[in-house]
Amino acid sequence: MRVTQGCFSFLPDLTDEQIAAQVQYCLDKGWAVNIEFTDDPHPRNTYWDMWGLPMFDLRDAAGIMKELADCRRVYGDRYIRICGFDSGHGWESVRISFIVNRPREEPGFRLDRSEAAGRNLRYATHSYAADRPEGKRYADQ
Amino acid sequence: MTQAQEQISEQISETPLQTIDLRHEFADLGIGDVLDQLDSELIGLKPVKTRIREIASLLLVERIRQKMALATTFPTLHMSFTGNPGTGKTTVALRMAGILHKLGFVRRGHVISVTRDDLVGQYIGHTAPKTKEILKKAMGGVLFIDEAYYLYRPENERDYGQEAIEILLQIMEQQREDLVVILAGYGDRMEKFFQSNPGFRSRIAHHIDFPDYSDAELLWIAELMLQQQNYRFSPEAREAFTRYIGIRKEQPLFSNARSIRNALDRIRLRQANRIMAKLDRTLTADDVMSIEAGDVLASRVFAKGAGEGR
Repeated sequence: MRVTQGCFSFLPDLTDEQIAAQVQYCLDKGWAVNIEFTDDPHPRNTYWDMWGLPMFDLRDAAGIMKELADCRRVYGDRYIRICGFDSGHGWESVRISFIVNRPREEPGFRLDRSEAAGRNLRYATHSYAADRPEGKRYADQ
Repeated sequence: MTQAQEQISEQISETPLQTIDLRHEFADLGIGDVLDQLDSELIGLKPVKTRIREIASLLLVERIRQKMALATTFPTLHMSFTGNPGTGKTTVALRMAGILHKLGFVRRGHVISVTRDDLVGQYIGHTAPKTKEILKKAMGGVLFIDEAYYLYRPENERDYGQEAIEILLQIMEQQREDLVVILAGYGDRMEKFFQSNPGFRSRIAHHIDFPDYSDAELLWIAELMLQQQNYRFSPEAREAFTRYIGIRKEQPLFSNARSIRNALDRIRLRQANRIMAKLDRTLTADDVMSIEAGDVLASRVFAKGAGEGR
């Protein structure tokens, strides 16, 4: 099941050229761009691991594309996303975030129901990938 | 173009980029303006200007070849500027970025100016991220490394400079499209630097040597600097300054245009002092603009030159 979160996730995967264009847009707006990765696809997993520090004061997307290439070389089997942080007054938050790399196979989620007190039902989203230990979730692909 | 040639070019005009109007292409890029500006604003530096014109022509032709799908590889644009202090290396590097940007060989045309401190770290593992960060900032533009020979310090074998050099070389080779590196430094030391890092020499296509300025050129530079700040020499002051240049050149630590700028700063100081000495009068614009011989002659340089040394 294809994970859809962040911008452009309902579109076909972006090509490197398209990613570079988006990154350039962020840089032209003066946002700090950073690269994050994870192998836990749960939608509520908001804190992904960072690939290096956020990149400040860059003028051209080439530097970030190089970091992305390095990140893919190491964590090419995981989800990688690019975020643009706007430090402008009143915003001070992530303005854009989009997935730029995903595992070749995404096993998806199952819905767990558990009966609670009375006739209550509690639901949980359970990622099949997360059944395996961290770092080995997509390793056999 | 002869008529026969014209006919031929018309016959094969289904591939539209067989012929290109050179003048149009030249005017289109506005590169002529940049070169003219270089000629008018930078005094002297004849060999440098010739070389830059050559490079610009090469790049223009290369660009046309790209349009005609004849170019196979991206030209190597890394440069090395050598010359004595104050000969305009940094100024030309800034202009170079503009030229490369106009020709489309760098995408943004900004210049990141760094020295050893910005590239080399203080402890193990600090250098690589530091150098890479600077390189990332410079991408799409020009990385100007001043006093580049400091990167390599053979007397200390645990020096981290070598690490920075290796990363630089790697990026200079792999990402030639993204980044142009310009190294600058004094001639003899750069020569030693290249000898001990042959990889650098072979990756740099253009070695440009900046000559020292002649006396007349230095005076010209001084007048230009004054003009920009709305000052001017009186005829006697100009004569005195010509003598000043002659004497100052023979003294140690002379750094061409930079020494001239410093001398002018001190002269302005003395001029202000002279004006303030007589409070009871009305000043005209002419008074505050003109620099008198006395302002120049009060310089210590003359005292030393006359052998009275303080």
